[in-house]
Amino acid sequence: MKARQWQQLIGFGTLKICVAFVLLALIIIAWDIYSKGHSVITWEFLTAAPRNGMTEGGIYPAIVGTFYVTVLTAIISIPLGMGCAIYLNEYAKDTALTRIIRMAIRNLSGVPSIVYGLFGVVVFVQILAFDTSILSAGMTLGMMTLPWVITSSEEALKTVPQAYRDASLALGATKWQTIWTNVLPYAVPGMLTGTILGLARAAGETAPILFTGAAFFLPFVPKSLSDQFMALPYHLYIMSTQHHAIAKVRPLAYGTALVLIGLVFIINLVAFVIRYQLRKTKLE
Amino acid sequence: MNMKNLKQEKIAEDRGVELNQLKISVENFNFYYGAVHALKSVTMQILENTVVGIIGPSGCGKSTFLRSFNRMNDTIPSARYEGKIVVDTQNIFDKELDVVDLRRQVGMVFQKSNPFPKSIFDNVAYGLRINGIKDRNFIEQRVETSLKQSALWNEVKDRLNKSAFALSGGQQQRLCIARALAVQPEVLLLDEPASALDPIATGKIEELIHELKLKYTIVIVTHNMQQAARVSDYTAFFMLGELVEYDKTSKIFTNPAKKITEDYVTGRFG
Repeated sequence: MKARQWQQLIGFGTLKICVAFVLLALIIIAWDIYSKGHSVITWEFLTAAPRNGMTEGGIYPAIVGTFYVTVLTAIISIPLGMGCAIYLNEYAKDTALTRIIRMAIRNLSGVPSIVYGLFGVVVFVQILAFDTSILSAGMTLGMMTLPWVITSSEEALKTVPQAYRDASLALGATKWQTIWTNVLPYAVPGMLTGTILGLARAAGETAPILFTGAAFFLPFVPKSLSDQFMALPYHLYIMSTQHHAIAKVRPLAYGTALVLIGLVFIINLVAFVIRYQLRKTKLE
Repeated sequence: MNMKNLKQEKIAEDRGVELNQLKISVENFNFYYGAVHALKSVTMQILENTVVGIIGPSGCGKSTFLRSFNRMNDTIPSARYEGKIVVDTQNIFDKELDVVDLRRQVGMVFQKSNPFPKSIFDNVAYGLRINGIKDRNFIEQRVETSLKQSALWNEVKDRLNKSAFALSGGQQQRLCIARALAVQPEVLLLDEPASALDPIATGKIEELIHELKLKYTIVIVTHNMQQAARVSDYTAFFMLGELVEYDKTSKIFTNPAKKITEDYVTGRFG
């Protein structure tokens, strides 16, 4: 074999090994959680509240709490984030100011989630006096998800060919009409995919809700926006580090982890299906 | 320079047809991209129902010039201009003028065919719908007329609801012409409309231009000298942002006033 063929063989071989490593890590984690957690997953586990100092019973309030807070996160971050992305990509001129704004947004997506948690305590819990509640937690997670929504939406808008905008403008459409009829329809699948992935990440976060609304234990589901709530990631954190009988509740912790992973997987699946459906209708 | 200010009476006399009205008048037009002076004091006049071919080597400013007529250069942040372009009696750079109205009056077909990812019907109907027309019958009729005008009707009449992307390159470009015609502009700007097409498709577009000039005033940028000679009544030769020569096409190609024009049209450079 010639040198350059060896080169190619070694090159691709290395890349294959990289992929194998990543897959292996993923499979080990998934298997570990599944094998240790699946035995506790029963109908009762999914539909009952914890009992006996959280050593028995289920995680229903935590599932519902995580669901509610994620919906609230979506309600806050999607309109604000997409609006901001549309403005930045379609209307804002390329000036020093907009470049600084963009850079700031990108940096915000790298801020540790505990910092968002502290921000939430100060702004939502204290200054706006929402107290520790599902509202404060949802808004904190919303703020954390915003940069993610803005950045991925802007990337999606950039993939729409300039030729569509030009053709539309040249026919006498206003900028607004052009965006609504000839930019957004083609950008929305990408915008939604990025956004939903951001929401999936928010659903699994502990730090931002730690001080803003998540409760150690509540035997009921939240009734209003000002109630505290249980959440899967926080519950998992307690079950694995803070519980008085950690060894005893370990299977319950694994079960909770499995449910959380399952939930995130379902959210990602929804993102995938939405994108697939919108792509299909677009190309027909 | 005397060639730039063509007397329209003289042109009409030479062509042996009745007098064409002045449609567009470019007066001392300068265009800049940042510090780059892309068009230098261009002055020329375009008559109604004629085809004006714009030729010149790459980078001479001919596309920039074309995109000035419907102010598509407005989308470029660093663009700046001086001077006037008057369509009918309106200076298109007038602050009072709504650029949206201008673009309805001055249609454009781009170099690379750019149909929307919609059906053939919706592509042609687009310009009508954004202008607030909802009457289904009216839209259907206008779509049919426009597709007939662009010589595409017979090829697509049975599949109007199919995606425009299923059409061939030449068909897509004729669809873009139909889409521009549907809003009934008065002027049609064509930016190298056949540069990506095979000779047969190119032939169809050229035939089309001959027919369209009966109703529209057409300005076409082309790299292809034979094409300019075939389709245009007048030809403008640009170089380095300057309008070198502007005259009847037959004159430019057989007996140009300037040596440099002759060198270019005979293929000695460019």
